[in-house]
Amino acid sequence: MNAQVSINESVLELTSDGPRLKGMRCKNCGNHVFPYQGGCPKCTGSDVEPVLLGTHGTLWAWTIQGFPPKAPPYLGEVDPDKFKPYGVGYVELPGEVKVEARLTESDPTRLKIGMEMDLTVVPLCKDDDGNDMVTFAFSPSSKGDA
Amino acid sequence: MSEVAIVGIGMHEFGRHEGVSGMEQGAIAVRRACADAGVEWKDIQFAFGGSSAAGAPDTMVSQLGLTGLQFINVQNGCATGGSALFSAYNTIMSGAYDLGMAIGFDKHERGAFRVETKAREGRDWYGGSGMALTTQFFGMKINRYMQENNISQRSLARVAAKAMRNGSMNPMAWRRKALTEEEVLQSQMLSYPLTQYMFCSPGEGGVALILARADQAHKYTKNPVYLQSAVVRSRRFGSFEVLAPSLSLEYGEGPTVDASKAAFEQAGIGPKDVDVAQLQDTESGAEVMHMAENGFCEHGEQESMLEKGETEIGGRFPVNTDGGCLANGEPVGASGLRQVYENVLQLRGDAGPRQVPNNPKVAYTHVYGAPGISGVTILSR
Repeated sequence: MNAQVSINESVLELTSDGPRLKGMRCKNCGNHVFPYQGGCPKCTGSDVEPVLLGTHGTLWAWTIQGFPPKAPPYLGEVDPDKFKPYGVGYVELPGEVKVEARLTESDPTRLKIGMEMDLTVVPLCKDDDGNDMVTFAFSPSSKGDA
Repeated sequence: MSEVAIVGIGMHEFGRHEGVSGMEQGAIAVRRACADAGVEWKDIQFAFGGSSAAGAPDTMVSQLGLTGLQFINVQNGCATGGSALFSAYNTIMSGAYDLGMAIGFDKHERGAFRVETKAREGRDWYGGSGMALTTQFFGMKINRYMQENNISQRSLARVAAKAMRNGSMNPMAWRRKALTEEEVLQSQMLSYPLTQYMFCSPGEGGVALILARADQAHKYTKNPVYLQSAVVRSRRFGSFEVLAPSLSLEYGEGPTVDASKAAFEQAGIGPKDVDVAQLQDTESGAEVMHMAENGFCEHGEQESMLEKGETEIGGRFPVNTDGGCLANGEPVGASGLRQVYENVLQLRGDAGPRQVPNNPKVAYTHVYGAPGISGVTILSR
């Protein structure tokens, strides 16, 4: 089995306990941003720290990407015959921030605003060493609210 | 009373023009604007030019004539044209010059805009992951909006069908074939709930506007149109914007609301005084949401307005009379100026089969684009 590698370790860390997103927390006002940046858009302060964001949240907005994105920059499948539509949404992480991410679900009848979601990863392509390059995604929580 | 008038307008047809560069289309628009105002290029004292993908605008002087004028390039996303106009307006307001131009042109590759972003370090994870598509934002925003405000997918189809109907009467438009609501609904689903014909396409074209001191406007035209306000605003904390890897938990109003309020305040009028409006319709949902964000109706009221045809050319509040972005496509640098061009035609009474009845007096334009910027103008005659 091939190893998984993150598309970019500075935003997505693959830990032994699963994937984690790396964000920013403002020490002055508590605001969170993803990914990490050096200043706070809420209070304009710059006393900020890196944090690992939560892995569970609720779906706030969504769509389905119905056509292959352009490559570059896209690293996934762009052949129109092989491309499979995928969900994209904002997932609200309680007390932190809404993160834009791919969704593992791409059936519009199975996506509902407010549904519970968990962080996971999806494969994009092979890297130069034959590893599976992955990016972050959210999937409907297994406890389910269908 | 405004101190700035639009005294000449010129446009190069929008669409696809093989073998004609974006800049040449801009230069053709400039010559047409000069002819419209009865001036020559050498009379123009200054220009602001915008293009996002078709070269540095100021190099067009080599085609138009090296007269030594002040020429400043503007690049501000989808508000590039609006920003050029804003800058030209303020240059005349300041008293620095009496006669100048706002110019916009572009020429984009086919398909959705390619957005490549720079990560703080390492690979472009945002575009690489299959996000960073403007189309996704529009799908997500209208999808949520429809649920919150009881807007149907039929309304989205009505907007697109209206655009194509209006475009079919516009010789400058790219898409000039009317489409039924059913054809719109049945076209390919690109970004749920938006289908192919609900989206505009990146395209080509050029627009040039000649601005003059209002007290000198009658030297150039018997039908001056006065610029009552020109406003550009960026986003504030809490707004839901295109190409945002994260959003705050707080949910607030976007830059369109701010730009609209400021423009009305500057003009000293309100939404009820507007007779015709060109609102950013990069897709059908944008027109629907922008009707409310610009203050022309309550959220949710669009459903009945569209059903009753109130935004048609003959309706109570005509919107996107030239077919908007949906029928004209979006050459980013020219798009906002195209809206102003159409409004000048409408206020002069020169819009031909698209003419809004009963001599419109006040006209409104609005653009919106990445990364959360809006530009509004209010014109009157």
